[in-house]
Amino acid sequence: MDDLFPSFKEKAEAASAEVHRFAGPAQALSFILETARELGGTTVWAPGRFLADAGNLEPAGFTFNVTTEAAAGATLGISQADWALADTGTLVLDSTGAAQRLASSLPRVHLALVGADRILPGLAEVLPHIRPEKAGYLAMITGPSRTADIERVLTIGVHGPERLIIVFVEGIAS
Amino acid sequence: MTTAFKDSIQEALANPGLRGALGRFSVAYRVSREKAYAGLDFEAIRDRVRDVKAHAAGHLEELAAAFQARAESLGAKVYRASEPAEVKAYVLALAKERGVRTIVKSKSMATEEIHLNKHLEAAGLEVYETDLGEWIIQLAHQTPSHMVMPAIHMSKEEVTEVFNNEVEPGQTPDIPKLVKFARAKLRPRFLAADMGITGANIAVAETGSLVLVTNEGNARLVSTLPRIHVAVVGIEKLVAGFSDIQPILTALPRNATGQLLTSYVSLITGPTPNPDGTPKELHIILMDNRRSEMAADPKFRQALQCIRCASCLNVCPVYRLVGGHVFGKVYTGGIGTILTAWFDQLKQADDIQGLCIQCGACKDVCPGRIDIPELILELRRRLVLEKGQGVVQKAIFAVVNNRRLFHSMLRAASVAQKPFARGGFIRHLPLFLSGLTEFRSLPAVAEKPFRDTFLQIRQPKSKEKVAFYAGCLIDFSYPEMAEAVVKILNKAGLEVLFPEGQTCCGAPARYNGAYEVAAGNARDNIRALLEEDVRYVVSACPTCTVALKHDFIATFESLGVDDAMAEARVLADKAIDFSTLVKQLVDAGRLEFKDGQELEAITYHDSCHLKRTLNAQEPPRELLRKAGFELTEMAEHDICCGMAGSYSLKLPELSAPILERKLDNIQATGAGSVAMDCPGCVMQIRGGLDKLGSAVTVDHTAVKLAERLK
Repeated sequence: MDDLFPSFKEKAEAASAEVHRFAGPAQALSFILETARELGGTTVWAPGRFLADAGNLEPAGFTFNVTTEAAAGATLGISQADWALADTGTLVLDSTGAAQRLASSLPRVHLALVGADRILPGLAEVLPHIRPEKAGYLAMITGPSRTADIERVLTIGVHGPERLIIVFVEGIAS
Repeated sequence: MTTAFKDSIQEALANPGLRGALGRFSVAYRVSREKAYAGLDFEAIRDRVRDVKAHAAGHLEELAAAFQARAESLGAKVYRASEPAEVKAYVLALAKERGVRTIVKSKSMATEEIHLNKHLEAAGLEVYETDLGEWIIQLAHQTPSHMVMPAIHMSKEEVTEVFNNEVEPGQTPDIPKLVKFARAKLRPRFLAADMGITGANIAVAETGSLVLVTNEGNARLVSTLPRIHVAVVGIEKLVAGFSDIQPILTALPRNATGQLLTSYVSLITGPTPNPDGTPKELHIILMDNRRSEMAADPKFRQALQCIRCASCLNVCPVYRLVGGHVFGKVYTGGIGTILTAWFDQLKQADDIQGLCIQCGACKDVCPGRIDIPELILELRRRLVLEKGQGVVQKAIFAVVNNRRLFHSMLRAASVAQKPFARGGFIRHLPLFLSGLTEFRSLPAVAEKPFRDTFLQIRQPKSKEKVAFYAGCLIDFSYPEMAEAVVKILNKAGLEVLFPEGQTCCGAPARYNGAYEVAAGNARDNIRALLEEDVRYVVSACPTCTVALKHDFIATFESLGVDDAMAEARVLADKAIDFSTLVKQLVDAGRLEFKDGQELEAITYHDSCHLKRTLNAQEPPRELLRKAGFELTEMAEHDICCGMAGSYSLKLPELSAPILERKLDNIQATGAGSVAMDCPGCVMQIRGGLDKLGSAVTVDHTAVKLAERLK
């Protein structure tokens, strides 16, 4: 799987995403805290394994009850992706829970966590893993929100996030 | 064509912003699409898309029933509508029943097709398009000019004006700021809406899933925030299995925008919880609107293989001149012409089908392998059947179908043109004919047609015989091309026959929907060309070669003619284009060119039929190089020159700017001459360069090669 990471990074960055990789949850967490501080404003964090294992984050002041109001008012939204696709730089997220969608679509910045062992080559490899009857809303995300509807000029950040920060974490259960 | 339609073309051509934007986009698109397919086998991908979609088109009813059963078992409500009115009534009734006041929509061509917004707004509902392009045209009270980029026809200044007038004054033409403005203004609409309406790019029968492909992120909000989600889905979006989405998701973004994947792809399977935890109400409307009828039509069924990528618009030399609005209010471009004829009505396509120049560029990139030019010809044929051929055309075709009369008239023309012809050109014609010579000179009809000259060329006796099929233009206007062909073939030891009974190939009639006339031409030619046992029937006109190789059969098939089919197939097997045959002779060591001489740089123009139907782009290039020329490729070498037979007579206002671009590209190479394999292209390009007073010489490849024979 490791050999897929450079390709994922290249493709995701070509789609204007920012890609980071950390050796463990602790390093990833300090990066998240640092990012949230730099951005200012509030942060919403949708449920996921990383969060469940992260221990007590109450002191950071994050909001874990992701309502529409909280997400619409937040600067940063955090959620966990289930797979990453190297061919296209895409994240695949089971977004059946509304919180997953709110955290990844309403705030100005979306930070997506993904287990470093969750990279697959592409669509053909991920589709057999998907059980649509179980994952009622599956989201594939490639880079931030974009449009070229005015004079074909590419502009980042329309209705969705204007930044997508992808954080690969080694050694976490997915 | 109606005057109103001609006026709409003039209006579009007079809009410099439109032509500039579309022209730039068409160049950038080719590059980004190619890059997006790097390392992938496009032909294999589109075979899979075609297979998936063709299977679905053949099982629409079955798939719709399976989809309904599956989606309903998950808790969605599925409504099957055959008419647009039913869809509109359903959505409105649902909105009323649920106390809906505002609706947000993501981009949906199916709802554009039935003018859903108008219906809902008339009933007092507030409807907001949220895709930026759709929002702009909604505010501007316009219709989409492109299936993927609805507002591509508008400049940032025009968008600013629309925002200032319709939303809030004070905006400036700064694109990032305009986008931010749209985000700020639409965000509260998403949050307050009671109902979200989307389309779907794919509907999976096996799982009851909808697939939404977007870039802006609006469809995610539309399908998440409001408590009711309505998806309006044309039944051609159905596919059988979940794995079928893979080839479509591979081809759609690459072909539509040159992206590997769009920013967002959402797979929605059954209702999901609302943000407040209540279950979402999910209504899926499967709309037919003549799609099943289309599926039952053996010719048009393939149009259901369309995945709405709009690449046929992006590569169309006519679309890039006039934009979408000339084509109509909903679906535009090549596939749009076909969809309009079906989803609206056949006569709505009467004018717009005439825009198709039959260059085949769209067929080359279509991810569903739809033969769009062929389907447009079929529309033309059905329109002619419905309303009859025009009087003038009828008279012309009556002549063309009588070889002796046709040829004696061409001979008479050679005499009649004398006052206008100088040095082989007609540069000005009087009165109503003047439009024909405004942007290019026309070739004079030769004093002596090739069929007369041929009698004086002594043929080597050989067991290897080929029949030469000249075609009208070479026979009567460019006999020197024919002389070059015969010289080359003789040099290789082939005996050339010129069957006297050969006549017009029928392409003009076929391309004007007069299939009966084309069939008459086909019969005459088959009889003449198969009279003697020849190895090949060679032609130096790609359009004629395509007629011999493909169109005779296709015309017979359309008309249900069986008795001449076997002979048509024999002829098709023998038919070959000049360069492909000569390349074989050179490879076999039977022809050699002079060497030791440094020749001028030359550039090469690909004729539409040669490149895209006969797939012979390499042979002429290899031959020219072998003959000692230094080949310099021009930009857009395989884009149509604007001639296209009678097209340049019917729509000179479009033929002229297409030619202009071709001439610019030729001159930009700095080459002193340009070669091509088609006498029609020679007529157009040589005439255009003559009008410009350019020193660049224009020749058929055969003429260039004949000069260089050892």
